[in-house]
Amino acid sequence: MVDLVPARPEAFFADRFNITSSTIDRLLGSALRGKVDDADIYLEYRITEELVLEEGAVKKASRHVSQGAGVRAQAGTRTGYAHTDDISIKNLEEAARQARAIATDASASAVVAVPNGRPHDLYALSETPVAADLTRKLDLLRAADRVARAADPRVRQVIASVTSEDVIVFVVTAAGWTVGDLRPLTRLNVTVIAEDEGKREIGSYGGGGRVAFDWFLEDNRWERFAREAARQAGLKLAAVDAPAGTMTVVLGPGWPGILLHEAIGHGLEGDFNRKGVSAFAGRLGQKVASELVTVVDDGTIANRRGSLNVDDEGTPTSRNVLIYRGVLCSYMQDKLNARLMGMKATGNGRRESYAYPPMPRMTNTFMLAGEEAPEDIVRSVKHGLYAVAFGGGQVDITSGKFVFSASEAYLIEDGRVTAPVKGATLIGNGPDALTRVTRVGHDLKLDEGIGTCGKDGQSVPVGVGLPTIRIDAMTVGGTQV
Amino acid sequence: MSGIDADLLVSVLKRATGLGATAADGFLVDERHFSATVRLGEVDTVTHSHDQRLSLRVFAGRASAAASTSDLSPDSLERVVAEATRLAKITAEDPHAGLPDPAELTTSIPDLDLADAGGHDLAPEAKIDIARRAEAAALAADPRVTNSEGAEFWDRQARYAYATSSGFAGGYRTSSFGITASPVAAQNGEMQRDAWYTTARKRAALDDPAAVGRTAAARAVRRLGARKVKTTEVPVIFDPETAATLVRAIASAAAGPSLYRRASFLLDRLGTKIAAPSVTIVDDGLRPGGLGSRPFDGEGLATRRTVLVSEGVLQSYLLDSYSARKLGLASTHHAARDGAGVTVATTNLMLLPGSARPEDLIASVREGFYVTELIGFGVNGVTGDYSRGAVGLWIENGAFAYPVEEVTIAGNLLDMLARVDGIGNDLVLRDRTAAPTVKIARMVVAGD
Repeated sequence: MVDLVPARPEAFFADRFNITSSTIDRLLGSALRGKVDDADIYLEYRITEELVLEEGAVKKASRHVSQGAGVRAQAGTRTGYAHTDDISIKNLEEAARQARAIATDASASAVVAVPNGRPHDLYALSETPVAADLTRKLDLLRAADRVARAADPRVRQVIASVTSEDVIVFVVTAAGWTVGDLRPLTRLNVTVIAEDEGKREIGSYGGGGRVAFDWFLEDNRWERFAREAARQAGLKLAAVDAPAGTMTVVLGPGWPGILLHEAIGHGLEGDFNRKGVSAFAGRLGQKVASELVTVVDDGTIANRRGSLNVDDEGTPTSRNVLIYRGVLCSYMQDKLNARLMGMKATGNGRRESYAYPPMPRMTNTFMLAGEEAPEDIVRSVKHGLYAVAFGGGQVDITSGKFVFSASEAYLIEDGRVTAPVKGATLIGNGPDALTRVTRVGHDLKLDEGIGTCGKDGQSVPVGVGLPTIRIDAMTVGGTQV
Repeated sequence: MSGIDADLLVSVLKRATGLGATAADGFLVDERHFSATVRLGEVDTVTHSHDQRLSLRVFAGRASAAASTSDLSPDSLERVVAEATRLAKITAEDPHAGLPDPAELTTSIPDLDLADAGGHDLAPEAKIDIARRAEAAALAADPRVTNSEGAEFWDRQARYAYATSSGFAGGYRTSSFGITASPVAAQNGEMQRDAWYTTARKRAALDDPAAVGRTAAARAVRRLGARKVKTTEVPVIFDPETAATLVRAIASAAAGPSLYRRASFLLDRLGTKIAAPSVTIVDDGLRPGGLGSRPFDGEGLATRRTVLVSEGVLQSYLLDSYSARKLGLASTHHAARDGAGVTVATTNLMLLPGSARPEDLIASVREGFYVTELIGFGVNGVTGDYSRGAVGLWIENGAFAYPVEEVTIAGNLLDMLARVDGIGNDLVLRDRTAAPTVKIARMVVAGD
């Protein structure tokens, strides 16, 4: 039983819950308008499906439905937020009453302008991944299992999963702006455990996006993901201890762009800068990276995991140049922080679900390509580390210190890539790590569509991207002194 | 207790068996949450929420599937049952799938004193004021505390109910309360943040908000002037907060799903020495008022006290009934529910204290690193390889010399556990997982 997808979000919520933009408008008007600086109501309906293969068979299948509404009121720097998972006028009124309580002594007045521009149309699909035939998904998982096992006889376990979701959102603001969005999202992940002579290692690979199920079949992506997971595990079985200390690091293209997400991305989110708690606060117009470095956050790329037609406040996403030739030129903003900083909302107001108020978040964050051949960049290094695959990362916004953990890396000796090394954490300081970028390749790649970013307990899908780059002097947290 | 909840679950399970399920179980959570954040004395964000979710697992013989919904209307529940039943028909048979043997289900549900019925009855203004007092104390503690990410008061009340088609039905209520302060200290253009917190099942058991603020301020201020150190190999002391992360890593490797997937460095180690003899780790789900306590697990089995590691020897894994069957062992009653079905979770997990005073552990080190915060995800649960970003204080001649940042510490968890050569007497159950101060004889610190 597939009970989706309706033609328009507004019609969906009207049919299912008897809530329309005019009922919401009345609610916003009576409860909130004139008493707060801004207010909005966010309705969300979400179906998530997960299929997991283990030991050659799909033994786990689950499907989850969640729905709810969040009501937000803002006055000055104050935010009142209430949500309910029982979408009815009565509950919305109660939520509005709770949200409004913060506005008791608000200066009040300024009605926020309707956002400029129209919503994008970045991921209209003829069939969403949730709606795709289950048997095709099961067949894909079984095929991925076979490919991963055939790729290397040392593969002992394969865990493959397909996760798909359809999210319908509808936003109504106090300024009268109403906008809806249908957001499909899917991801295939393959994890293998390889064993050899008593040693065990793990390899993991995957990808996805706001795409139809067929995307996995195009160019045999699924097969590449399965082989890649097996290859990584096999490679790690032969890895030597990673070096410890400060050295030249070359990052491969694609997912290593997590460097940007941690080193500068979070530090450029509007909330931290408005509060003056980011290491980048007050540094607009200053040089924070080498001239080779231009970084953008772009929520408008078709079918990408981090893309959105509108953010979760109804603002159309945009392509924001964060760093241009080394100079810091923009923060990422939601409406509240844009208003308080006298800046423009950039379409970065995002939330995990109706259960949370939005805050400034990244979309797809990447560095633009340079001119060098990647092999020349590796060749330029006498002694260093070449890291091509990473796990997660984390940053301390205030001190600017960030880490990201390599899962596939090699030594560079005399300009040649040599032994694979065990996973190691790389650590640096956000405001100056990019000043040491001395070479940028022409091979910009966006990641395969696997990123999830956590902030303040809220997870949202994001993308990153990077060309091959050389960073002179980065600390590598291995064990070989 | 939660009669209405259990009745609802039982009716959903009946519907599932009516549609052909051979067995089923269901879990219901209803949570109310309030949070108030104050920043620089002003209200920043106030949130109210009410969430409910019903999760259902159905079996069609040895095949199973799960479904859940936050919409508890009859139509929606009917859809959830149909959905789970449909999915169960397409999943593969699994000889190990199934509910626990009904004989194992708990027959008595202990009252672990997990709720504070009156504790939530506090006006939002009073809750906001608690956060305000915590932040004000942080800002007043030291002139170098110049900014703040805010202070928060939160409280949560939850109802849980669980039922099986084999006849179990039970429920319980919990409360929790917390205060967090996150001040920012600055000096000579450098900024450092840190935080401190208190969490409890009873509001009256929370630490004084001003004390939370002062501790947070002291933690932020002591980071000012932090620098990198030269790459070296030295003794490393984990403070109680960071030592607790090591205990979590061990528990994660001891969890059934990690083991049957062969994705654990503790595979095939049951009954063997995995740590120094000073290491004893216990998971005690029965502590009255414990933050991790629960009267029964996610499959209706009685909660216990489990010795995970005794004097360095791995005594038990952490298993639900599925992973136990896969491994040929018995459940340790550690099942927990997530949306997708059953998983394994610890309760009140702790490394038992040793006899050393923490200051004596520090005094025992000529040159070394006292770790107060770890960042990143550099723990490989399959191999135990460990490499994380760290913040803390450098020790010279048995005393703190200066703060340290932008370094990593690395090793392998099994080596680290074997090299534990001091455990403090300072265990405090501040959170669901807790540890005293832990000294490890040598680790690599990477810096300049």
